[in-house]
Amino acid sequence: MEEGRPDPELILAQLRMEEEKNREGQLKIFFGAAPGVGKTYAMLEAARQKLADGIDVVAGMVETHKRKETEELLKGLELIPRRQVEYRGTTLSELDLDRALERKPAIILVDELAHTNATESRHKKRWQDIYELLGAGISVYTTVNVQHIESLNDVIAQITGIRVRETIPDFLLDRADEIELIDLPPGDLLQRLREGKVYVSELAARAKESFFRRGNLLALRELALRRTAERVDAQMQTYREVKGVREVWPAGERILVCIGPNPLSIRLIRAAKRMAAGLRAEWIAVHIEAPSKVKPSEEDLRRLSEHMRLAESLGAETATLSSHKASEKILSYARDRNVTKIIIGKPTHPLWKDRLFGSLLDEVVRGSGKIDVYVITGDTSEPVPRPVARAAPQGASIAEWLLSLASVAACTGLAALMRPLFNPVDAAMVYILGIMVIASKAGKGPSVLSTFLSVASFDFFFVPPFYTFSVSDARYVLTFFVMFAVASVISRLTLRVRAQADAARQRERRTAALYSLSRKLVHERGIENLSSIAARHISDVFSSHVVVLVPDEGGKLTVPATGPETFALDQKEMSVAQWAFDHRQRAGLGTDTLSGAKALYIPLGAASKTVGVIGVLPGPTQEFFDQEQVHVVESFANQTAMAIERAMVSEEAQQSLLKAETEELRNTLLSSVSHDLRTPLAAITGAATTLMQKDVTLKASEQLELVQTIHEEAEHLNQIIRNVLDMTRLDAGAITVKKEWQPFEEIVGAVLNRLSERLGDRPLKTNLPEDLPLLVSFDPLLIEQVLMNLLDNSLKYTPEGTPLEISAFVKDGEIVMELADRGPGIPEGEEERIFEKFVRGSGSGGGIGLGLTICRAIITAHGGSITAENRPGGGAVFRFSLPLGEQPPLPEPED
Amino acid sequence: MAEDNGLILLIEDEPQMRRFLRVTLQSNGYRLVEAPTGQEGLMQATTRSPDVVLLDLGLPDIDGIDLTRRFREWTEVPVIIISAREQEEDKIRALDAGADDYLTKPFGAGELLARIRVALRHSILRQTGQKDPVFVLDELRVDLSTRQVFLKEMEIHLTPIEYRLLAVLIRNAGKVVTHTHLLKEVWGPVYAEQTQYLRVYMAQLRRKLETDPARPRFLINEPGVGYRLRISA
Repeated sequence: MEEGRPDPELILAQLRMEEEKNREGQLKIFFGAAPGVGKTYAMLEAARQKLADGIDVVAGMVETHKRKETEELLKGLELIPRRQVEYRGTTLSELDLDRALERKPAIILVDELAHTNATESRHKKRWQDIYELLGAGISVYTTVNVQHIESLNDVIAQITGIRVRETIPDFLLDRADEIELIDLPPGDLLQRLREGKVYVSELAARAKESFFRRGNLLALRELALRRTAERVDAQMQTYREVKGVREVWPAGERILVCIGPNPLSIRLIRAAKRMAAGLRAEWIAVHIEAPSKVKPSEEDLRRLSEHMRLAESLGAETATLSSHKASEKILSYARDRNVTKIIIGKPTHPLWKDRLFGSLLDEVVRGSGKIDVYVITGDTSEPVPRPVARAAPQGASIAEWLLSLASVAACTGLAALMRPLFNPVDAAMVYILGIMVIASKAGKGPSVLSTFLSVASFDFFFVPPFYTFSVSDARYVLTFFVMFAVASVISRLTLRVRAQADAARQRERRTAALYSLSRKLVHERGIENLSSIAARHISDVFSSHVVVLVPDEGGKLTVPATGPETFALDQKEMSVAQWAFDHRQRAGLGTDTLSGAKALYIPLGAASKTVGVIGVLPGPTQEFFDQEQVHVVESFANQTAMAIERAMVSEEAQQSLLKAETEELRNTLLSSVSHDLRTPLAAITGAATTLMQKDVTLKASEQLELVQTIHEEAEHLNQIIRNVLDMTRLDAGAITVKKEWQPFEEIVGAVLNRLSERLGDRPLKTNLPEDLPLLVSFDPLLIEQVLMNLLDNSLKYTPEGTPLEISAFVKDGEIVMELADRGPGIPEGEEERIFEKFVRGSGSGGGIGLGLTICRAIITAHGGSITAENRPGGGAVFRFSLPLGEQPPLPEPED
Repeated sequence: MAEDNGLILLIEDEPQMRRFLRVTLQSNGYRLVEAPTGQEGLMQATTRSPDVVLLDLGLPDIDGIDLTRRFREWTEVPVIIISAREQEEDKIRALDAGADDYLTKPFGAGELLARIRVALRHSILRQTGQKDPVFVLDELRVDLSTRQVFLKEMEIHLTPIEYRLLAVLIRNAGKVVTHTHLLKEVWGPVYAEQTQYLRVYMAQLRRKLETDPARPRFLINEPGVGYRLRISA
């Protein structure tokens, strides 16, 4: 390994980070171990220092808790008025984010990073407000205590016995440009507390006693110091890597943590985060979904989604995998991802279950090979709600209830018929068969009903004494019991199988939909089509309204395609979508940001940038989306994002190609024009200067000749310039075809009239039969131009005195016009090429090779075609056709 | 310069064009007033009362169409529009606003002088009120009092509309007459947009009067603008 040579990728990453940071504001955190160490005070002092340096500092939100020294410091600082929020009768004051953004100071002070905003606020958490301020290029000074750090949350709960509800994600600390640790020895803090200098909220007053204990404070102080040291260490590490100091090899560790809906998972997640931070490793939180399991309860799903989000907020990558055999899947996934450590929870279920069904933990440990497996204890003090497996609740229809009654009746009938042949106990078998049929067809209610009815009927009809519910033989009680047990087990199993099948079908449907979406997207071109296809698919799968938004050139979101599956966004929804786009984060319904929105907005993050936003409005039957659904929507969003990015890239490529072509055209044009304009100009200048000579007397005939030269060359120049202008206008798409109904002969007449001088006595035959359609629809000026160019070419390229012939006829619903000459013809193989730009015929007096190109452009715009070929017997023929269409209403004939 | 063919007001902002026109017109016996802007042109028109106005459409201050309209508010002086090719649309609107004729740049001196002569002739006719009841053009002879049309001394039968069409063109002989103008005159204002009516009758008229309708000698089509009855200049 080369020593001292910095890794270029690292430097780039560092540069990128720094660039990003320069655009964004700087975040400075005043970090303390406990309330009362003087964070706010330190922050204000720092602010005053900055103010004295002439920097624009304002106080966005500072809690002085009416302490005199602090209030003293706040004086002279500009305050941003707080936003007053009415909440359940009390008035809360919050940071006015919009006003702060509008004021745009260099530095803003926002106390209490971990604060939770009042509902109705844009963001749930204050740190999100701060993120937005940073994004707007405003630097932020803020304060936080160690117990609010997410990954330390449960450690601190263990130490102090108090669980802090307001937490901030760890990446905020990593994001901070500067962390200032405000350290105060526990003794001094306790002293201040006794002097009443520490503000403790009323709510926490009860906890005050247990919290401010010397032992606690020592532990907290240590945690705060350690967390700060870790960060300094990380900074040092980055610095060393960038500077090429590389004695410390990156560990290359990767941690996988297995989580589920069980609340213990939170502990696992935090432990994984701590371990990952210590090892500077990446980490992945994985949930294994067993397709054989019954659909998990809403509660489980909600918790699972919370856990996933927690892991994400702590910097983990999350994945949901699906497998019958969880242990195998975990291990194979871990190997695929080069995981070095697996964290798994200690089992909380009784041992016999493991004996019976096999232990996940054992299997993972046994199969782990080189991977270390860490088993973490569950916190037994917290109640562990067992996830209850249950079938998807669904109301049974009347038909199902009737079916269950009918089945019992049928079984009774069948058993009655069998009675002479079989033992009465066999009748029980018939009933069990019936119960199986019902369980497989109907819901839970009807199944239970049929079980009860079956046992009752069996007793009533087949157990002596007959036709009473009393039982003479005690043996039958056992029969009833077994019958009941068998029936209910069968019914439960059948229901479970059905639920599994349903779940599998649903998954199948989503996977199939995803697959079909990706297949469709591949074949589509254009952002409009792509977005409408994506919207339609997602709307189908989730029975909701879906809209895809893409940014315009100014970065403002617009809806490229609307349809029955889309929904209209009002100002408010639009701003939520815009927020999601600008911040590349989910927003709206069911998220932490702007959760008051009607719909959920997911950014379309492609490889290089965010290409848009997908908005999903739940249908009338759903209220929100669970984590699983959000994940599926996200996979749809990913597909869409990739497709849209592809479309954007190809559009950009096309545009740059077009630009290159235009560039090339311009260059060719310039070189052509400069040459072709100079030739006639030279002749004009020459002739004119000769005429102007004073001392030379020219004969009258000589004078005339010079003047004629000037005139002809000027005409030539005019022709060239007209063609160049037309070409550029055609290229720019500025020419629109204005069709009018008119006789074809009229336009021929106009052109011949215009060129009469040049035609001179050139023999010209016009062959326009009387039976041509009276009116043809075309743009007179453009077609005049075509005829002019063609005729001009013929005059230019054919020898003086050779005949020309113009004829028109109707063929296959088109009017065809031909201009034939007896000139030298078109060189072999050039028949197509002469229509290209800047291709000119050999021979003198040529233009710049645009005439025919313009003709083709005009004819194509009319929906016709133009070709050239050599004539039998010598010469060339140019032929163009125009569609005829229906004749317009004609005036009634007179007389 | 003994002859005086009339006073021409030239409203044109390009000095090169003015120089060319000055030389051409003065050497052909016209007196000339020049105005580089529309404002100046309006002022000169009121003080000098010219016989013909040559108006360039691309003036820096006033739109040519507006200028034509303002002339028409108080004078019937013939206005000939000079336009570049890009001003095609404006040209037609100026004609409909009351201009008498147009020339597209670049144009030759002969063409310009012919247009001026036609304009002056119409102006004199209008002023004196004298009208020759018989219009003669090569072998075409139209007796406007008896409504008879002769070609090579053979009477040609025209339908009433054909005749009216021809009459309007004769009344404006040598000048371009826009489609709209012809439609309004012959069919009435309601038909101003029905250009295909006009096309059909013009085609019929051409077939009756022209030896080769594809190379007409009298009824000249000005693509996109209108028709002109060519007179020997």
